[in-house]
Amino acid sequence: MTTKATGNHRLLQLKSIKKVFARGTIDEVTALASIKLDIYDQDFVTVIGSNGAGKTTLLNIIAGVYPPERGGSVTISDEDVTHLLGYRRAVYIGRVWQQPETGTAGKLTIEENLSLALLRGQSRGLKGATNKQRRQLFREELAVLGLGLENRLNTPVYTLSGGQRQALSLVMATISKPAILLLDEHIATLDPKTAKTVLDLTDKIVRLEQMTTIMVTHNMEIALNYGNRLIMMHKGRIIVDMGEAKKKALKVSDLVSAFERAAGEEFDDDTILLSRGE
Amino acid sequence: MDIFGNILGVACYEGLVFGLVTIGVYITFRVLAFPDLSVDGTFPLGGAIAAVLIVAGVNPFLATLAALGGGLVAGLVTGLLNTKLRISALLAGILMMVGLYSINLRIMSGANVPLLREVTSFDVIAELFGLHGGLAVSITLVSVVVTLFFVVLNWFLRTEIGLALRATGDNEEMVRGFGIDTDKTVLLGCSVSNGLVALAGALVAQNQGFSDVGMGIGMIVLGLAAVIIGEGLFHPKGIAPILLACLGGTFVYRLFITIALRLGMAPGDLKLITALLVVMVLAVPYLQKRMRKEWLEPAKRW
Repeated sequence: MTTKATGNHRLLQLKSIKKVFARGTIDEVTALASIKLDIYDQDFVTVIGSNGAGKTTLLNIIAGVYPPERGGSVTISDEDVTHLLGYRRAVYIGRVWQQPETGTAGKLTIEENLSLALLRGQSRGLKGATNKQRRQLFREELAVLGLGLENRLNTPVYTLSGGQRQALSLVMATISKPAILLLDEHIATLDPKTAKTVLDLTDKIVRLEQMTTIMVTHNMEIALNYGNRLIMMHKGRIIVDMGEAKKKALKVSDLVSAFERAAGEEFDDDTILLSRGE
Repeated sequence: MDIFGNILGVACYEGLVFGLVTIGVYITFRVLAFPDLSVDGTFPLGGAIAAVLIVAGVNPFLATLAALGGGLVAGLVTGLLNTKLRISALLAGILMMVGLYSINLRIMSGANVPLLREVTSFDVIAELFGLHGGLAVSITLVSVVVTLFFVVLNWFLRTEIGLALRATGDNEEMVRGFGIDTDKTVLLGCSVSNGLVALAGALVAQNQGFSDVGMGIGMIVLGLAAVIIGEGLFHPKGIAPILLACLGGTFVYRLFITIALRLGMAPGDLKLITALLVVMVLAVPYLQKRMRKEWLEPAKRW
């Protein structure tokens, strides 16, 4: 299976990634069986798969929440970051979580949240956290959302709605232009209309900032309609990986049947070819 | 009239000096969401360090600074127990409180150190301004100290580091997600908090003329009660108002205690007064809402 590379150079490389939880106990789960994945500059990858397929584990490995099993490696911009974990990995990774509460600090104001986000990976000093210049930048970034948040810099974030908070979370994840943006079912808790708004904002910001993005979703239609590359996961493996051209020719029903076939059968190989829609 | 003046004066002095304790407790409990009970040990630690150094002939202001330093270090240790050894915040604080009891006894080589014949910071101020002892001197010195720390904290909490500190207690996972080592912010917060508490201990010891190993008992209760009273009465929004509410809450709390004492209540009853006062501040707004049939939040467990 070929993968269409958007940018020229490889930004993220995952090699022999395996992750087992509760090893040696009755609850042992192999969340990731064997993952090999290359992501290129400015790729916008959508990831689908059923519950337990390993999507969130994959994002956590990329974000450095925990390391892969021995033998696996994570490389970002040709730097081996496998053992660069936790807050040290943050310089490369912007992330929006499923819950709006996870990505923002509720008691702080919009302005304070953005100030915190702006200095991603930089050393923080005894300068004032906000100043005129930064406020101007925040207003410009928030204006893109079209939600009027640019006029509410001093509003505490807990007073915002879920959709507003998630949109803010998106700006916070991207404002310092990290190498990779991870979206972990970030519209799953929003109502359909707000979800569409946040999704379109996501698309807009990703294009505007030319962000390399990995978006996990449960929604096949979204997975097909957004981004330039689609990955389907099943039981800790990547079973489908297709580029823009193939994706465009595909309908949701094709994807569903591919998914059903994948879920119902065992495969020797890591990938299957999609028969329908090709 | 004189009695009222005196009561207000005492509450003023105590509101300011114990206000440092309240601000310290506010930093750990509210800002960091770190329930730090070391305070009962770091308050007498400050008193012990200052008293022993003054008796040894050290300049009383330097002795007070040393007490602040001792508190900073003790707070750092509490933070290290939590962040580096993964001992829960509550237990780390209790261990420090217990451990510091022995350390304080060692520092003072006994249960207390009298300062009545020594020249304290208050004596120096009295001479400097030509004041003749009493409340005026006490209030003058603690006002200067509290104003200084108010200004410094009001600035610091708005800086990039201060913001990281405030965000840590709000959403630690997110803060780490932006590349901040939250272990460091916790260490910093615990250290500053206990530094302030030890400073208050040093001032109180000098003012009352002795340092005692038991002088820290109930400090955590005082700090929490004052924080709750301050929040309940003033509903502060923003950093400066919050710091002021800590001071205001302590003032109101000590005012009640002073009045209770003047009314002839036994010192043993004061704990009950404290408990009733906190219940009142928390319950009155709730009962008012209930009477107006407003929507009510479920009770918090933490």
